[in-house]
Parts: sequence; C-alpha cells; structure tokens
Amino acid sequence: MSSFTLDGQTVTFDAGQTIMQAALAAGIYIPRLCYHPDLKPHGSCKLCTVKVNGRQASSCTYQAQDGLVVESNTSELNDERRALLQMLFVEGNHFCPSCEASGNCQLQATAYELQMMTPHYDHFYPDRPLDASHPDYLLDFNRCILCSLCIRASRDVDGKNVFALSGRGINTHLIVNAASGQLADTGFSGDDKAAHVCPVGVILKKRSGFRVPIGKRSYDIRSIGDLAEPGES
Amino acid sequence: MSDQLETASHPEKLRRVAIDPVSRVEGHGKVTLLLDENNHVRQARLHIVEFRGFEKFVQGRPYWEVPVMVQRLCGICPVSHHIAASKAMDLIVGAKQLTPTAEKIRRLMHYGQILQSHALHFFHLCSPDLLFGFDSDISRRNIAGVAEKYPDTARKGVLLRKFGQEVIRHTAGKRIHGTGSVPGGVNKSLTMAERNELRQDIDQIIDWSHDAVQLVKELHSQNPALYDSFGIFRANMMSLVGDNGVHDLYHGSLRGRDADGSILFDGVDYQNYGVLLEEEVKSWSYMKFPYLKSLGNKQGWYRVGPLSRVQNCDTMPTPLAEHERREFVAYGGNLPLHAPLAYHWTRMIELLSAAETIKELLHDDDITGNELMAGGERAREGVGVIEAPRGTLIHHYRVDDNDLVTMCNLIVSTTHNNQAMNEAVRQVARRYLNGREVSEGLLNHIEVAIRAFDPCLSCATHALGKMPLEVELLDATGHTLSALARSADGGFCTPD
Repeated sequence: MSSFTLDGQTVTFDAGQTIMQAALAAGIYIPRLCYHPDLKPHGSCKLCTVKVNGRQASSCTYQAQDGLVVESNTSELNDERRALLQMLFVEGNHFCPSCEASGNCQLQATAYELQMMTPHYDHFYPDRPLDASHPDYLLDFNRCILCSLCIRASRDVDGKNVFALSGRGINTHLIVNAASGQLADTGFSGDDKAAHVCPVGVILKKRSGFRVPIGKRSYDIRSIGDLAEPGES
Repeated sequence: MSDQLETASHPEKLRRVAIDPVSRVEGHGKVTLLLDENNHVRQARLHIVEFRGFEKFVQGRPYWEVPVMVQRLCGICPVSHHIAASKAMDLIVGAKQLTPTAEKIRRLMHYGQILQSHALHFFHLCSPDLLFGFDSDISRRNIAGVAEKYPDTARKGVLLRKFGQEVIRHTAGKRIHGTGSVPGGVNKSLTMAERNELRQDIDQIIDWSHDAVQLVKELHSQNPALYDSFGIFRANMMSLVGDNGVHDLYHGSLRGRDADGSILFDGVDYQNYGVLLEEEVKSWSYMKFPYLKSLGNKQGWYRVGPLSRVQNCDTMPTPLAEHERREFVAYGGNLPLHAPLAYHWTRMIELLSAAETIKELLHDDDITGNELMAGGERAREGVGVIEAPRGTLIHHYRVDDNDLVTMCNLIVSTTHNNQAMNEAVRQVARRYLNGREVSEGLLNHIEVAIRAFDPCLSCATHALGKMPLEVELLDATGHTLSALARSADGGFCTPD
C-alpha cells in the first residue's frame, strides 16, 4: 500500500485521497476551518497548510503521493496558523462570552488548540446587521469567516445556491440569493445540508441557543485536535 | 437637612475636595466635597462617571442570547442579571409557569449567588474595617491582615464563598458567567453526584453562616454608638416580598415602606414597575436617581438591599434566620433601623437564610428532575425582577416578531440606592471631615459608608483595601493645598 510520512509517522492512503483525508483516516489532526468531509475541498482558509517535501501546500487539496515527506505540527507552521486565526478574529465580531456557538465553534476550538492567547491585531469592529427574517433560522454575519462551506453545501448537495460571496478583498462578505437580500426570501430550509455545516456561529437555529449545558458541548468533551478515532472528521 | 448639601448656592467660593475615582465593577465613580472657609461641608456628591451601554448592546440581538450577554455587566453577581433577564424572557416565550425543576434549580443558583456575594462582601471587603477600625493601620486593614489576626474568621469567609460558587457551578455550568438559565427554564438539573457533593458540606455552611451573624452582632454590641449612628439617614424602603410577606429573593411582588415602617404600597405586580417608579437624571452623574412617583423626587427616593428586605418582609422563610430577624427587629424597638452599618447585620441574616434555603432545596427531589423547559403563547414584552445581593434588580425587554430585542431598560440595585448612598456620604463627610486635614483614614470613612451598601462601584478593586483614590484639597482660587493618592497596588503618594 502507498504511504507518505507526516511529522515522521508513516501514513498509508488509498488512491485519490488528499493528504488531509489520509491524515484523518490515520487519526492525525491537521488544523482546518474550510474543510468538510462531505464537501469538495476549497483550500481557502489556509489553516491546513503543510510542508510537502519542503514546500507549502494546502493539505485538503494536495493529492497524497507515495514517498512524500509532509510536515504539519511544527512551530513554524503553527505560528502561521495562529496569525491566520488572529486575523479571522479581528476581522469579524467574535464575542465568545455571549455567543451561542461557544463550545461548539471550530474557530474557537482551533484557537484553543493552537494556544492563541490574544487577538494581537487591532479589531476591525465591522458593522454587520443580523438577518433574522427567516422564521426558524438566524444569520449572524458578525461571525462569518468566509469558509464557503454553506455555499458549497447549498450548491453541491442541496442544489439551491442560497449562499454566495460578494465583494472583493477585505470587503468580501456572505450574501443570500434573494432580491430583498433576506434569508426568508430564499429557498433555504432547516433540512438543507447548508443549515448544518457552519463551523462558527453564523447559521443558527432560532430559539434553541444555550440549550446544551456547559460540560456537554462538543469541545467541552474533547479538544478539536483530539480525534476520537481514526477516520473521524 | 442632608439633602441641602446636594447643590451649594455659590460653589465658586468653595474649596473642592475630590475622591476620584471611587472604583466600581465596570468602571469608576468619584466623590466631590465643597468646603467653605471654615471647612464646613456645603456640597457633597457621589458621582458615577462611567457609561455602561448594555441597554444599547442588546438591541438587535436575539432574545435567547440576552441572559448570557447581560450577565457580563458584573463579575461579582452575574447570576442576578442572568436570572432577571431569563425571567423577563420567560414571558416572551410564554412560560408563565416554569417546571418545578427549573424554578428550583434557578432558586438554588440564585441563593448560591447570594451566599457567595454576601460572604465576599462581609469577610473580604468589610471585615477589615469592622475588625480593625476605620482608620487603623492601612498595612493590615485588608483580608490578609484578617487572615493573620483572625485566621478562623478569614477561613470561614473564604470557604463560605467557595461553597456558594460551587452551587453556582453545578447549576450554571461555571462559577462565573455560566449558561444554566435559559428562556423558559434551565439547561440542566443536578446529577445525584452533584447533589450529594453539596449536601456533604451544607450543615457546616449553615453553622458558619450562623457564626457570621453572631460576629456582626458582637461587633455591633461592642460599639453601639458608632454602629447605630455612623452615616445615618432616614429613608423609604423597597423590595420584593413573596407570598404572605415572606422574605423571598427570587420572586414576589413589590412592597414599599416609609421611614417609620408604614406600608406605602404592597402586592404591586412588577410588570407595572413603570407605574410605581420614575427615574430622574442629574447632570453631574451618569447614574439615574429612581424615586416613587407617588411621593415625587424630593420625598420619594428609597433604599434597597438587605437592610430594606429584612425589615420589609413579615418573616424569613427559614427558622434560624427568622430567629435572627426577630432579634434584629427587637433591637430597633420594632421601628426601622436606618444606620448604614446595620446593612452588615441584615446581610448576614440573609447569608444564614440563603444557607438554610440551599439545604432545603438540596433535599427536594425536584432538583434532580428531567422536566427542564416550559413554553406557551409568545409575547412581545417582559419584565423580570429579582432581589440581587445588593437589592431589587429590574430587567425590561421588548422583542420583535423576528426574535430580536428592540428595547431594554435595566434598573440595577445600585441605581436604586443612588440617592441613599449620596445621603450617607454627606452625613459622614460632614461628621468626620469638618476641620480636619485630608488623610487616608478620612478617605476610608467615606469608603466605609459607601461599602455598607455593597454597591457595584465597590465590587471590583478594593477587595484587598486597594481601591484607587485621589483626594485634593484646594483653596478658594483653585490652588491645591494638599493632595493624597492611593494607587491600585495600595501604595500612597503625592500625585504629580
């Protein structure tokens, strides 16, 4: 069977697997925010950047090949990941203390995992009003990290194209596909895959926040880097 | 009359002494005194100079987020805001009646909060003043000094607070800023292990709480002239009382008494607090001045907190606390006691009552139940009121059809006591400042009066006797005659 080394550990893979998929199958955590096992990889968040034979590459899009030497859990790469996380935190409004996604949020959990102690950069404090127009779901754009998981899920799984990114550069932002700009005027449904892939606290089921007590939330039970078993996503 | 000291007729001719800042939990206040040429006080004010802003922050936010968000108002009694907001939001979600488990878990959380907050205030913040003297050696007038000279007392204080925090942790998920209370109920009950853990210690906690009442009575009896008169002023009183006039800190209706103890109003549904209360704005303070509409702003101001609650109710709900209440009432000759230092006595009676109430709840099977949530017909407006450690706490919200908050009004305990604290400052300043040079001991007399109310502005930084203060004595032309500053590390220096 073909294999490569990841931080010195031999990892076997099936043909067609990416480094990320092979690492997950082997129970090895590589930080990431825009990856979801059910969706086509996007390679945009750059948290999963690894060194492949000495050159940087996104592990979620890089095809595993026999004999590769891959580095991931190094101080150099983790420093860069922390900087990326810090930029994500200051570009949005991430008030973890009152966020209902706290404890289930991959951004927060990854920051804990990589020991991000401060935001470091000045906060942007953008003005991003909520979209509460839908009867059962709320969009809190303050927390969007532009991972595009909801876009891919809506387009590729739900076949709806409810979400999209608009604007350029620092002005890039999430929009919904309705002339009114309101979620209520799209075909969005709570049954959609897009309703359940947000890694942060943007797409929220209404009237259910804080129902799970502290101690029972996803990352109260185990850290994001502590994969319960090989193959877990 | 002390109210004449609020505004001097010719302030330009007076010397100004400022205590700036007097710290509070979210920021700072200050005390200013204007003195004439003979050092007589002509004006005394406690100013709150910060802007809080939470009423604005929550606008546009989903209602279920509010109980978690607004508790960040405070790090000492966040449970109070957590529960008051939840009670308001119960009405928004139509949960007019909680499940027995939900109500009892919230009560347990709240009484844990009362226990830890009252213990913190008495033992950590005030016992150094009371045990060593208001102008005693500053280097020992702190909890470390208490621990050195009275190790058993300090230890009990620390462990009482710890127990209260553990009650909060088991009910809210964390000791500070938990998430246990949600609109319509709670997100957890106690496990048997959690209940048994708390049961193990509760009898000891009751004993220590009883000891605390005896300690404050002993202090009172050692110097009744001081305790009965320091900063004294007469005031109306207001608090929630439970059914049949029972002392209840979680739920009830509003009752008010005048300074002689006669009922002003009773059984007022707190949903109608706006009919009862008005808030006056004064240009020199960011904190409003609430008063009873029926009496007007001159006569209608009132006092809240333990001193009002223990004298406003007809009985305490638990036997040991009721015994102590009767003794307290008898001491006053069945007339209300108004001395600010009597706050400590009543606060310890409430500490004892909280400990007894916690024991009762820990032996109630409902606290391990599984029915956590209730609901009903949706409403657009709700008011939640509880008795926080420092007094009556009012949360009022309106929510639109999209579930977002459109209006928030908060009247926190310290706000109710605004005029009362000003009165106490005036009394103490006039009594102790006149003809004296500014000294640390003088500053502490003013702080002792403010501390008796356990205001939020004393919560944050003076736990070890290190409240940052600065006092300047200026002549009539504005030149500084003398000045003294105390930094946050407790050191004294002459300001630059």
